[in-house]
Amino acid sequence: MNSKSDKLIDDYTTMLLIRCFEETVDELFTTGVVAGTVHTCVGQEAVAVGVASALQKTDVVTSNHRGHGHFIAKGGDIRRMMAEMFGKVDGYSGGRGGSQLMADYSLGFMGGNGIVGGSIPLAAGMALRFKQQKKFNVAACFIGDGSFNQGTFHETLNMAALWKLPVLFLCENNLYAMSTPVAEGNGNTDFAVRAASYGMPGVSIDGNDYFAVRDTVRGYAGLARSGEGPAFIEFKTYRFSGHSRGDQRLYRTREEENSWKRKGPLRRMKKYLVDNDIMTDADDREIKKAVRKKVQEAVKFSKTSPYPDKGTLLEGVYA
Amino acid sequence: MTMTSYSEAIRQAMTDCMKQDPDVFLMGEDIGVYGGAFGVSRGMLAQFGPERIINTPLSEGSFVGMAVGAALMGARPIVEIMFMDFITLAVDQLVNQAAKLHYVYGKQARCPLVIRAAGGAGRNYGPTHSQNLEAWFCHTPGLKVVAPSSVEDAYTMMKAAIYDDNPVIFLEHKLLYPIKEDCILVPGKSKLPGPVRLQQGGDVTIVSYSYMTFEARMAAHILQKQGIAVDLIDLRTLHPLDETIILESVKNTGKLLIVAEEPRSCGISAEISSRIFEQAYDYIDAPVRRLTMPDVPVSASPSLEKAAMPDRAAIVRAVHELMGS
Repeated sequence: MNSKSDKLIDDYTTMLLIRCFEETVDELFTTGVVAGTVHTCVGQEAVAVGVASALQKTDVVTSNHRGHGHFIAKGGDIRRMMAEMFGKVDGYSGGRGGSQLMADYSLGFMGGNGIVGGSIPLAAGMALRFKQQKKFNVAACFIGDGSFNQGTFHETLNMAALWKLPVLFLCENNLYAMSTPVAEGNGNTDFAVRAASYGMPGVSIDGNDYFAVRDTVRGYAGLARSGEGPAFIEFKTYRFSGHSRGDQRLYRTREEENSWKRKGPLRRMKKYLVDNDIMTDADDREIKKAVRKKVQEAVKFSKTSPYPDKGTLLEGVYA
Repeated sequence: MTMTSYSEAIRQAMTDCMKQDPDVFLMGEDIGVYGGAFGVSRGMLAQFGPERIINTPLSEGSFVGMAVGAALMGARPIVEIMFMDFITLAVDQLVNQAAKLHYVYGKQARCPLVIRAAGGAGRNYGPTHSQNLEAWFCHTPGLKVVAPSSVEDAYTMMKAAIYDDNPVIFLEHKLLYPIKEDCILVPGKSKLPGPVRLQQGGDVTIVSYSYMTFEARMAAHILQKQGIAVDLIDLRTLHPLDETIILESVKNTGKLLIVAEEPRSCGISAEISSRIFEQAYDYIDAPVRRLTMPDVPVSASPSLEKAAMPDRAAIVRAVHELMGS
């Protein structure tokens, strides 16, 4: 095995970890073990891991309401992530943020967002800071198709192009803004062409193909680093799960879901690794077993972690 | 001592901070060659260049958000909102993002950001260029809201706002910009100050902020000649509000008039009134009086605008009523 193969297995493992984490989280919320709501990214793992693989450690990422995968791919500790779902003191935000609001600035993961489109200017502002400080870093901004029609999308893409900011607008188009199909919310569903109207490159790729994601992002990140400015990349993908807890998925058919599952990112990545003798079926089983164990440990850790002390309620409103 | 205007003091504070600290920059609409709609940043582009005096397109919702993003990475941005009315376009970034990040993400997230907003009526600019919307932001935990009324405070408080590690809404008033005072601009850093007693008097307490403090000072002068001694308090920091000296004052005078250029309902004046009722009920010997704008949009017509806005004459009348004289 060479280091390239190791890296591929690592990334495949991270994709499996995201899948297992999300399925577990879904179950915990559905069965009422954990209160509140959650948005999982089952089926979109290749985007998160492909992007993280193309970025450098010192690059920053902003995320959205469906951000667990982005965080895990950037190196998030799943024990602290799970504890945050539980509202426990060991969670990334000490229970204050919940599923959508976790961050670890030391990893360059600058947080999810509860407002669709809310993170778009934040990422551009981080890129502005990189530019002012003459750093060769990029800000990667994860958005979904639901954010296309927020004002921040239009305003920020314009300013990012105008000032050639090192920011990448990474759009996971999973075909539905909650329940609304993209064709019911957009006059033109060819999203990549929008980028041209702002004066930046735009490209649309298969978001379930880890290699396509990684290589495309790496290319545009390189351009952004060298002062060529931002880019918009659309990843065509699909969330196998519902929008959030309690979604009966009445707006789409099981046939459609199954057709996407057949082109899911994990089975494609596994096929590549096995076909190219990088991994065996036995390896795959071992990895999956280890991943499940890790997630179960995170659940156990979260169950035993205490709730935050009520006496801390008023702490930290101001810095 | 030199004569300095309110807008010159703000410019001087921004300039001094930018000279000392490369992390400070200014962004906003027409702040470059034009120098800002009210000329506050005039000359700063030539001094600091376009990388630090960032002239933006008309996109409040996003350039405020970009300032938040830059602040999280260690910058200390100042954003000019041309008319406070336009801050409505940036409310998501202030209320849902900037205000909450430190509370949720802890010490790793600091958002040292100044939002300069030109508020207030009196210039016949009409319903969407004359509002004071500060109360909205006082209703948002995590934001600070300040409103200097004097030239000296404009300078000191702008510097303090820039070096505060929290998002600060800095309310400027159009009618204060040209006002000149003989004053010393104190060098060095200080923290955002709380309410201050501008004049000591034992008969009645007047609490106000921003341009209304200017009117209240004039009224206090008139009342002085009539033999009524006003204890005059300027709030300066509206949120978080420290009511300590207001309580002290009211416990002494027993009478309180609050003057605020804001719609009457659910605002700063209502908040102060409520705190006095809760904490100094036994000391007040007349109902708390409030002079505010009525709950009505600000008209463009000079006569209607004037009818809505409290002024020194109204303050004098209100004090007489309060005194029963």
